[in-house]
Amino acid sequence: MLPKARADVLSARIAGLSFVPGGWLGAAREDALSRLGMMGLPARRDEYWRYTDPADLIAAAAPAAATFDAGDEPPVFDGIDRLKLVFVDGVFDAAASDDPALAGVEIDRLSTAALTDIHWARELYGVLEARGQNPVARPLAALNTAFATEGVLIRVTGRAERPISLIYTHASETSDVALHHCIRLEAGAELTVLENGPAAARFNKVMEVDLAEGARFHHIRAQGRDHERRAATHVFARLAEGARFKSFTLTANGVLTRNEVVIELLGNEASAHVAGAAVGDGQFHHDDTVFITHEGRGCESRQVFKKVLKNGAVGVFQGKILVRQTAQKTDGYQISQSLMLDEDSQFLAKPELEIYADDVKCSHGSTSGAIDETALFYLRARGVPEKAAQSLLVLAFLAEAIQEIADEAIAEDIRQRLENWLSRHEG
Amino acid sequence: MTALETELRADVRDGVDRETIDTVQAMSGSYKHGWETEIEMDYAPKGLSEDIVRLISGKNNEPEWLLDWRLAAYRRWLKMTEPRWAMVHYPDIDYQDQYYYAKPRSMAVKPKSLDEVDPKLLATYEKLGIPLKEQMLLAGVEGAAEPRKVAVDAVFDSVSLGTTFKAELAKAGVIFCSISEAVREHPDLVQKYLGSVVPPTDNFFATLNSAVFSDGSFVYIPPGVRCPMELSTYFRINAENTGQFERTLIVADRASYVSYLEGCTAPKRDTHQLHAAVVEIVILDDAEVKYSTVQNWYPGDEEGRGGIYNFVTKRADCRGDRAKVMWTQVETGSAITWKYPSCILRGDDSQGEFYSIAIANNAQQADTGTKMVHLGKRTKSRIVSKGISAGRAQNTYRGLVSMHPKATDSRNYTQCDSLLIGDRCGAHTVPYIEVRNASSRVEHEATTSKVDDDQLFYCRSRGMDEEAAVALVVNGFVKDVLQTLPMEFAMEAQSLVAISLEGSVG
Repeated sequence: MLPKARADVLSARIAGLSFVPGGWLGAAREDALSRLGMMGLPARRDEYWRYTDPADLIAAAAPAAATFDAGDEPPVFDGIDRLKLVFVDGVFDAAASDDPALAGVEIDRLSTAALTDIHWARELYGVLEARGQNPVARPLAALNTAFATEGVLIRVTGRAERPISLIYTHASETSDVALHHCIRLEAGAELTVLENGPAAARFNKVMEVDLAEGARFHHIRAQGRDHERRAATHVFARLAEGARFKSFTLTANGVLTRNEVVIELLGNEASAHVAGAAVGDGQFHHDDTVFITHEGRGCESRQVFKKVLKNGAVGVFQGKILVRQTAQKTDGYQISQSLMLDEDSQFLAKPELEIYADDVKCSHGSTSGAIDETALFYLRARGVPEKAAQSLLVLAFLAEAIQEIADEAIAEDIRQRLENWLSRHEG
Repeated sequence: MTALETELRADVRDGVDRETIDTVQAMSGSYKHGWETEIEMDYAPKGLSEDIVRLISGKNNEPEWLLDWRLAAYRRWLKMTEPRWAMVHYPDIDYQDQYYYAKPRSMAVKPKSLDEVDPKLLATYEKLGIPLKEQMLLAGVEGAAEPRKVAVDAVFDSVSLGTTFKAELAKAGVIFCSISEAVREHPDLVQKYLGSVVPPTDNFFATLNSAVFSDGSFVYIPPGVRCPMELSTYFRINAENTGQFERTLIVADRASYVSYLEGCTAPKRDTHQLHAAVVEIVILDDAEVKYSTVQNWYPGDEEGRGGIYNFVTKRADCRGDRAKVMWTQVETGSAITWKYPSCILRGDDSQGEFYSIAIANNAQQADTGTKMVHLGKRTKSRIVSKGISAGRAQNTYRGLVSMHPKATDSRNYTQCDSLLIGDRCGAHTVPYIEVRNASSRVEHEATTSKVDDDQLFYCRSRGMDEEAAVALVVNGFVKDVLQTLPMEFAMEAQSLVAISLEGSVG
């Protein structure tokens, strides 16, 4: 039983949400609601929330967030040939979206699929989220499964020729949105998913990704920029033999963001890479929480997280590699680094290893510090102005994370965003 | 050969030589200090209550303030819950089912000098290899350039038997005695510093210790004095069903220096025994303390029967500017180890170092590490931790590096490496890194591996046979830490770790 105080917080949070019963989705929602009832919402005293205060994420009403005008900077991924699906404050915008027709790809929306009797997504919706609740509870993901009303369901049988681009527009200052996506790649299939935009004043998103043998999934997201929104996102992925998962996230400011990635490497010889570049100036709290479980033999995982912080920005990294006894020949790597541009910022990290197999190679590294004065001096001695030299060094620091993007055009787009952001936030 | 040994042998993988496995196994399999001294003991009644706290205080003839201090701790302890966040699992401890005070009957009247101590007790320490005579410890030992002296405080169950070299230390102004004696002879110093580093409210086990600590060592090094010899305390648990709760307080006044060694053993028994110690170190301006531990409590048998529950709070407070502390620990014993020797780097330019080798074999569980709390400017810390897991053991490094906003221009370097031998053990790393200013630099590296094939290949391609190659690699794995031990302890540590891990090098 949940202690009363926590039960009260939970009922206040869900009081305004409408629970849609019935159908295959209704059953999954009920299961999630009962999971949530056992866990309760996160509290500041929880070990897993040691460095991030969940208050804004669990409050009954979403804290207001002004909508943001990006000025003349074109939206990210604009130059990429892609299939666009647009959500405005969580509501699907058909007019702004492309026709969801792509060879070898089935695309449905959660709201319409819920009305069907049988849907492939019933084997996935809430399933990976439920698996991901052990050994650490992720109540905000269960909350999402129980109450999300929209999302996309993507099933891929071949090689998708264009990326699917999910665009989240923020229009109302008080919008409180939960989206839940399910993505299933059949054996040998390949898909790239792009995500961008702040989405809402408060955004709760879950993406469940199920990769069959040899499937390849690429995920690149840019989480809006300079917005005031609060967000909790979860990616749950399950990899069969030989599957490849690659995810990169760019975060350029934002009041509060908690990105959780939970990956299970079940099949042998699978590989998962998760990377992130975050730049924060001022009121910025960014939390990357990653949990990778190795079950299969000979799998590889790699976590690369870089944060640039100034003016009181806070960067958090909680990363874990869990290697089960069966996962011999595991290669696990994890690096988390922060670069602090002034005295006020904070970097809080908990990089963990939990290892039960002996024939493994696992390592993690974590560093924090200021810009290297000798490197700065070197550049200045060669005539590079101080600010330009500093930007150059910051970009060099972020490079290892950006290198995790396979597509060079997308990587270049991301690099450009960072350069623009840095020049706007110089000094 | 037991069934388990056979099984373990079958699990030997390429690259881990048999000798390494055997010797790691041998460390608990042939626990050398598992014998018992048959001696008449006086016990306080079993269980824990205010009366027991009063009784312990009364036995030590303590002043009123200390009894009140103990009672306050006891009352607080009653309201606390046992911490369960460590990666160790054990059945609930019945705190009422053990003795909190056990004293050899012959110690009823405190002997005036070590010459008057019961020969059986002296023989116990002789057998452990601890000289309680004022002799040159390393006389005749090869490699020792000149004979060196070590002063020893011998703690047997709940009481200190005596301390050697007291007169010679007194000449230098150094106070080295049991804490019960210090309470009587140097009440001002004890009252000023006791609980100032580990307050009685600190944590469950430290609070319990504050209520029932029976003895331990006290050290005071006056300003400007370099302690003329190594100081050492040797803890021996002998009595059955008895917890040992010693309390050590070390105060290094301005610009002083001391090297302190601690050793511990216990008899083999089928039941678990509790050891909850507190060590407090106060270091003032420009002073330096080296604290080395070889922890060799009985680890339990292959099935996990018996062994010591070692729940210890150790903390050094670098209160003065340029103060320096160095913790070195070799953890080979105990069924469960819960221990985080920490450094509070309060003074500007103060330094903390932590070197650790933790070996867990069979059913042992170790959750150990350190905390480096940087408060002063330009403070430096260094952590080197080497964990070796074998059998079904679980070995966890847990550490905190915290840079406070005012601790500008500070520096930390952490390296923790784990080595796994066999596929049923676990090695875990749980570091917390909290950086709250930008001018400080924090670096953390951790690796987990078996003996590296590339390194083996490199050695073998240069003509070494496989056993020598493995020995060389494993030797290199723990060498950083072994080298930080003082000569006197390096010998004991080597007999525990180095012989086993370096044995095949010859």
